Amino acid sequence: MSSEVAIRVEALRTGFGDFIVHENVSFEVARGEVFAVLGGSGCGKTVLLKHMIGLYRPLAGKVSIFGADLTAAAGEARLAILKRFGVMYQLGALFGNMTLAENIRLPLEEYTDLPDEAMDLIAETKLRLVNLGGAGQRTPAEISGGMMKRAAIARAMALDPDIIFLDEPSGGLDPVTSAELDQLILRLARSLGITFVVITHELPSIFAIADRCIMLDKRVKGIIAEGRPAELRDHSPDPRVRRFFNREPEPEPALA
Amino acid sequence: MASLALEEHDGLTRIALAGRLDAYSVGPLWRAARSALDHHAQQRLIVDCSRVEYCDGAGVALLLDMLRQPRPAGAEVRVEGLAERFRRLLEQFDPKSLAPAPVEAPRVGLVEQVGRAGAQVGADLRELVAFLGEAVAALAYAVRHPRVLRWRDIFYVAEEAGVNALPIVALVSFLLGVILAFQSAVAMKQFGAEIFVANLLALSILRELGPLMTAILLAGRSGAAFAAEIGTMKVNQEIDALTTMGLDPVKFLVVTRVLAATAMILPLTVLANLIALVGGALVMLTFEIPIATYYKQAVSFATLADFFGGLAKALVFGVLIAGIGCLRGLQTGTGASAVGIAATSAVVSGIVLIVFVDGVFAVVFYYLGI
Repeated sequence: MSSEVAIRVEALRTGFGDFIVHENVSFEVARGEVFAVLGGSGCGKTVLLKHMIGLYRPLAGKVSIFGADLTAAAGEARLAILKRFGVMYQLGALFGNMTLAENIRLPLEEYTDLPDEAMDLIAETKLRLVNLGGAGQRTPAEISGGMMKRAAIARAMALDPDIIFLDEPSGGLDPVTSAELDQLILRLARSLGITFVVITHELPSIFAIADRCIMLDKRVKGIIAEGRPAELRDHSPDPRVRRFFNREPEPEPALA
Repeated sequence: MASLALEEHDGLTRIALAGRLDAYSVGPLWRAARSALDHHAQQRLIVDCSRVEYCDGAGVALLLDMLRQPRPAGAEVRVEGLAERFRRLLEQFDPKSLAPAPVEAPRVGLVEQVGRAGAQVGADLRELVAFLGEAVAALAYAVRHPRVLRWRDIFYVAEEAGVNALPIVALVSFLLGVILAFQSAVAMKQFGAEIFVANLLALSILRELGPLMTAILLAGRSGAAFAAEIGTMKVNQEIDALTTMGLDPVKFLVVTRVLAATAMILPLTVLANLIALVGGALVMLTFEIPIATYYKQAVSFATLADFFGGLAKALVFGVLIAGIGCLRGLQTGTGASAVGIAATSAVVSGIVLIVFVDGVFAVVFYYLGI
């Protein structure tokens, strides 16, 4: 793993109107690592992701992808940054009126001059990578939730990006499918050197795949821990972090 | 079953609850408990639960309701005798934090309401204008670079919005022609002027009713469909997916729909005109006006300017209906009901825009002498 920085988030401040979600959030993701963003419900994991992929504009601070400032970029420069990453959305967000193969072909059609059969072949290879070989002619309505997530990863890989963002990849999946997805992520990270940013709160998945993680907290509106998951579980000085990793409920507040 | 009884003991009032306190039995007790509390507002009250056999969430709610009522000092309510396993359920909650909030409806004055509504309309108009600019820019780009267009999508939308609308457009315009001809023929017959029904039909349908009916049908069918489709894509994060792929939703989704709908409204309008006039001709047959006479009368009266003026209007209607449908779709909030709201709003704003623009056309045509 090289130490090149893939994503740098600096002093990010996010929110909607008067409602602040994150305050002064900074971290870096190195190239080739599987980086997890953890935290309980409502701590702003998905909001952070949407800022990292440029869907939302931060109130302050910036996000750079391989040194290029995504928050300030516009037009062609922005497009160049967007092409360096792919996103798998929480619900898959496959285009419902297209087959799986067409979903994967879409970015290829828009951005390359590849001949038709080349695009078909690329779509099929991407589907095979996620164990969906031969399912290219099915539509998203005809496949299961787990297949949908895998197909969404395949689409995110269409242009062979350097970074893939995954929003809750194992949410709503059975343990076996979820474990298969974890293996897929590891395989892609190790063999293709893709950097993964994974939004999750599934403990088994975190320990299985994450090289490093940050943990967000609603009350401090930012990061309360950063490091390797196993180390945080065993050695974090912060009781909130240890509780999260050991699946313990919060101590009950004393009754008034 | 559960019961509630009031007992006086050594100057102490006890509310004795007994039996099963669950969601089915608590209802009748609720009011009795409240009125007992109100009757003894200045007295200390004990809720005796020693004969309660069972108490679930609803029973706990009943007890909490009694405990949370604001009472003067020295007139507290206390729960006694509740079995340990039920007491634990009750102790999870702090009655005081569940105290009913004082009901205070935010009072919004008439002036403020009008102001807010005005600001809302203003913001909506601004957004509409911005969107129109964006869409026109994208359309202009597409026209200059027809290779970037997704023709397959365009043909698909054209089939949905155009070809599949043929039966309904034909039916409505046929009936329109029949009704219009019949109504006016009955009146004109009194003056022996049935022949001029042809003039009336030719002028009103070509200039006004043909394009208007087609546009309203398009708004109801396709405007709503565009809003619902794009709205669902928004809810499913598909719009986000397009954006992070670097594909502008306006270019990608709106241009195809606006182009297809606009291209389709022209033949639909021509067809509506034709069928309405045919419907009128059939009615006139029963008034002993042969089709050839009707045709001659109509053609000699209506001009090409009437026909093309109507088509020009239809063209603008098509752009507006498709555009507003797509805009409402892109403005969709979250959740299933938001999609319904978007579809409704697309039809309503579509029809309002049609009528408004029709008025503008009437004025412009008047000054141009068309």
